[in-house]
Amino acid sequence: MDRIAFDTAHMLAGGLVLASFMMLYQDRLYALLNVFALHAVVLSASVAWQALIQDAPHLYVTAGIALIFKAMIIPGALHRIIQRLGIHREVEQVVGVGTTMLAGMGLVALSISLMLGLTVTADALAREDLAFALSVVLLGLLMMVTRRNAVSQVVGFMSLENGLILAATGAKGMPLVVEISVAFSVLIAFIVIGVFLFRIRERFDTVDLQALDTFRGDKA
Amino acid sequence: MPVELAAICSGVLMALAGAAILLRQHPRASVTVYAAATVPCGIATVIGLTGLLGSGVTTTTVLPVGLPWLGAHLRLDALASFFLTIVGLGGAVTSFYAIGYGRHEPEPGRVLPFYPGFLGAMMAVVLADDAFTFLLSWEVMSLLSWGLVLTHHRETETRHAAYVYLVMAAFGTMSLLLAFGLLAGGEGGYAFDAIRAGARSPATVTAILALMVLGAGSKAGLVPLHVWLPLAHPAAPSHVSALMSGVMTKVALYGFIRVVFDLLGPVEWWVSPAVIVLGAATAVLGILNALMESDIKKALAYSTVENIGVIFAALGLALAFRASAMPAAAALAFTAALFHAFNHMAFKSLLFMGAGAVLNATGARDLDALGGLIHRMPVTSFLVLVGVTAISALPPLNGFASEWLIFQSVLKSPELPQVSLQMLIPAAGGLLALAAALAAAAFVRIYGVAFLGRARSDAARQAVEVDRFSLAAMSALAALCVLAGIFPGAVIDAIAPAVSATLDARLPQQSDQPWLTLVPIAESRSTYNGMLVMLFIALSASASAWAVHRFASRRLRRAPAWDCGFPNADPVTQYGAGSFAQPLRRVLGTILLGSREEVVMPPPGELGAARHAVHARDLIWDGIYAPVTRAVGAAANRLNGLQFLTIRRYLGLVMFSLVGLLLVLTIWH
Amino acid sequence: MALIANLLIQGAQMLLVVAVAPLLVGLVRKVKARLTRRRGAPLIQPYRDLARLMRKDVVLAENASWLFRAVPYLVFAATWVAAALVPTFATGLHFSWTADLIAIVALLASARFFLALAGMDVGTSFGGIGSSREMMIASMAEPAMLLTVFAMALVAGSTQLSTVSQFVASPDVGLRVSLAMALVALIVVAIAENARIPVDNPATHLELTMVHEAMVLEYSGRHLAMIELAAALKLVLYLSLITCVFVPWGIAAGDAGALSYVTGLLIYLGKLTVGGVALAVFETSIAKMRVFRVPDFLGAALMLGLLGTLLLFVSRGL
Repeated sequence: MDRIAFDTAHMLAGGLVLASFMMLYQDRLYALLNVFALHAVVLSASVAWQALIQDAPHLYVTAGIALIFKAMIIPGALHRIIQRLGIHREVEQVVGVGTTMLAGMGLVALSISLMLGLTVTADALAREDLAFALSVVLLGLLMMVTRRNAVSQVVGFMSLENGLILAATGAKGMPLVVEISVAFSVLIAFIVIGVFLFRIRERFDTVDLQALDTFRGDKA
Repeated sequence: MPVELAAICSGVLMALAGAAILLRQHPRASVTVYAAATVPCGIATVIGLTGLLGSGVTTTTVLPVGLPWLGAHLRLDALASFFLTIVGLGGAVTSFYAIGYGRHEPEPGRVLPFYPGFLGAMMAVVLADDAFTFLLSWEVMSLLSWGLVLTHHRETETRHAAYVYLVMAAFGTMSLLLAFGLLAGGEGGYAFDAIRAGARSPATVTAILALMVLGAGSKAGLVPLHVWLPLAHPAAPSHVSALMSGVMTKVALYGFIRVVFDLLGPVEWWVSPAVIVLGAATAVLGILNALMESDIKKALAYSTVENIGVIFAALGLALAFRASAMPAAAALAFTAALFHAFNHMAFKSLLFMGAGAVLNATGARDLDALGGLIHRMPVTSFLVLVGVTAISALPPLNGFASEWLIFQSVLKSPELPQVSLQMLIPAAGGLLALAAALAAAAFVRIYGVAFLGRARSDAARQAVEVDRFSLAAMSALAALCVLAGIFPGAVIDAIAPAVSATLDARLPQQSDQPWLTLVPIAESRSTYNGMLVMLFIALSASASAWAVHRFASRRLRRAPAWDCGFPNADPVTQYGAGSFAQPLRRVLGTILLGSREEVVMPPPGELGAARHAVHARDLIWDGIYAPVTRAVGAAANRLNGLQFLTIRRYLGLVMFSLVGLLLVLTIWH
Repeated sequence: MALIANLLIQGAQMLLVVAVAPLLVGLVRKVKARLTRRRGAPLIQPYRDLARLMRKDVVLAENASWLFRAVPYLVFAATWVAAALVPTFATGLHFSWTADLIAIVALLASARFFLALAGMDVGTSFGGIGSSREMMIASMAEPAMLLTVFAMALVAGSTQLSTVSQFVASPDVGLRVSLAMALVALIVVAIAENARIPVDNPATHLELTMVHEAMVLEYSGRHLAMIELAAALKLVLYLSLITCVFVPWGIAAGDAGALSYVTGLLIYLGKLTVGGVALAVFETSIAKMRVFRVPDFLGAALMLGLLGTLLLFVSRGL
């Protein structure tokens, strides 16, 4: 049992890192959203598995929230936003796919060696979860840094948050209240960003964030 | 005693250099000098081989030359024997090649005096057993090779190459000088025995290691110190290029190994990642440049950079394993490095000789002026084909055997205690794999454009096969490539004394294995049998060819090329050097080489020609060398004013510096 | 006696891979045809094609050299030797120690090297374009392949395919995310190396998209037959490789009895069928990429291989 429990948790958490890489690889918005949905599904599966092996029923709630909000509602809403904005073209990237993924590799290597070094005393599963979670967080950040399109930045932000949830479930005994409040704050952030997207587009005719810099006025 | 014999060989070569000065106007001087140089090189090879295969006894001697209180200490141990073999063998084959090739030299007097001296100096570096002899021979080797680079001094490009080489060689020797100064310490024990016995602080060890990477690395062609190599190696006559790429870089490696593995004593593990990464990066950048280069000799020189990177990466692995007390793994990586060094001597010399043959036959070094030589120069083409297959690390030839060993040592990395090394080494292994794959692409390009297809110029159309001496020399090297590939175990066993002398460990005896299989660690872990692979391929190829011809059809008709129905008689429509490289230039060159394509199309309806241009920037030159050059230039401009001072001011300067020094001395004490 | 038996089994494997290779190609074509609602050629059509090509004259370009004529046999031989060394229905064959996984990859590289040279030999623009692109694809695919090999070898502690296969089949492997990544990377490499959609299209003769077909454009008759057979062998090789490393169940061990060899053979054929159908479904459901999207695709495989080796240390470091 123990063996299977560990292996499955390992597979699911590793799968989350893999999904993060798949998001870095995608350069079309719809495909990106699909992968993001997959990311959330893997996350909720991972959380549900943790609920099972830790015998912590409140984690099922977290898994459910992740599944409903992140795998269905948010990707669906973003789909509609993209449709209404009419930007289902390719994602514009600051740097190429290869370079981004190479940088991602470096970040994964960094987080693994860091976490393995820092958490010598923790138990195996938690160490591994933390290493994977930090990777997912950093990859989300990388995604936000390398993309110019506002929608893909939102996706990057959400995937970053997924990493945080993974870290939280790996560490035993996080209260449910915290999880729910995090989930809702993310939702609110999402709504605010969604509103902003339309405002940005109205004003500048684009959701390319480069345009905002041009309008800041402090540059020549 | 072997060491004295070897010293005599070196001395004879030096004397031959003197004789060549006198002889240089003689019509048969070239043949005489090269033939005479073959003999001591051959003897040196035999001495080296006996040192490795025979007794393995270390012999030393002190000659009463050099510094009066030091003399010239010479020593021939297993490591020196191995490199003496490389120098001797490379020198002998190259000299034999030059008996034929040297006849085409317009001004033999510019090559003959330097050539034997260069060989002799390389032998002296390998034999040296004190810092003074080592540095002196090293510098003589650098200067004489500089003289050889300047052979075709009327070409601007050559003069530029020689200038850059001289500067870099001076820089390298300076680094070595400082390294040996640190090694000798305050007491000034310049004999290697005294250095070996000395104790050093970790900071000193690191500084020495860094200086050695700079000094030996710049001679070997480690990125970013490689800039002179693709300029200088091709500028020299081809047999000298073969020596510089095939042999001199190995002498540089010897210097690195001698100091870092032998004299320096134990080295901390955290220096090894630097060497590994530097090596792997050198490999990829070198071969990528080779892939873009359309001058055949320059492309070969860049490929030398790649191979040096591979060897350095293997040496870095050996350092990492040695620091973590894993002698078997260290021996594996070290054996792989030495094996690859030997292989590189064989195939790179062969390829430079082939390039020389092409140059002789067509007068062209530009790939886009060649083509179809396989019809005109069948023997050369076949021998070069062996060389390109070997250098592309393809089984069953020798290049693959050594790369395979390197990959095997990469796979030993999980046993290291450091997590960062565990992760770094497979990644570096990936880079080495990338370099190997790119090497195959680069050599398909070189061989395909120069030797296959249709001739792109009249010179290539009328090329004739080269002389018998050249062909014999190339055949010998090609045979060496094949033999070392089929019987890698024999080479590994021959290298083993050098490995065990340096690391106190060695690979298991390979000749005990059944079927001459290569088993570096254990049979359940990894095995490779070059002989059987060769045998199986030969058998199944000939069996299938026989069966098809016997039972199916053997008829054959000649017809114009099909080319999807649009054959074009103009040879320019073939894929050339630039077009072959285009996909990889676009994929990797944009980032790593800063290359950029520019297409200018006339607007629709206009009949003007479209233009396509490729711009490439040398990022290393622009990033490192150009600022340094500019700074030196600016400083020189500033200091220029000092040339026009009055006597009184000059005297003042002298006095101020004297007082300044005295002040420093006062404060110091 | 045992020696003769061993040699017979090794010989049986050599003949098996050659015999089954065209059938696999036929199967993939048939399934693709059925998926697009065509009836498709019969399963044995590739055998007929090969026989027809064998019987025909070779029409050789006027300036083709000896290399051009030797390459088909060399390519076939190198691929065949490589295919014979991958465990199909049994591990621990008599000569399986001749080459490990790295050497098998390199043998395929040898075959490709000579084929690319042959593409340059006649001196046509199409041959050149094929060789150039093939080498571009190879220079991404080969490191990706070697990194997957590293991932597998680091897990199993060996590059011997028999050892790796037995290790994966043993119960103490468990689920490893590294192995999953290696599997995905290996599949991507296999698709690229076998010139399948989305990297290349073996059925096309449209100039701008050809890679492999452009390289062998000048070949005809028995030469072409050898090259096509080698290509089919390569497909079998990759499928055998994937199955023997990732689904090693049912492979007969080195010293098993005749019965387990028979079941091993049947299971192997079953795996090949499943693999062929999966390939056909995948190819039908995806569009071909632009040539310059391929490096991204293969780059992703390279990254996956690297990620696989990196993630090994997550669980190793514990």
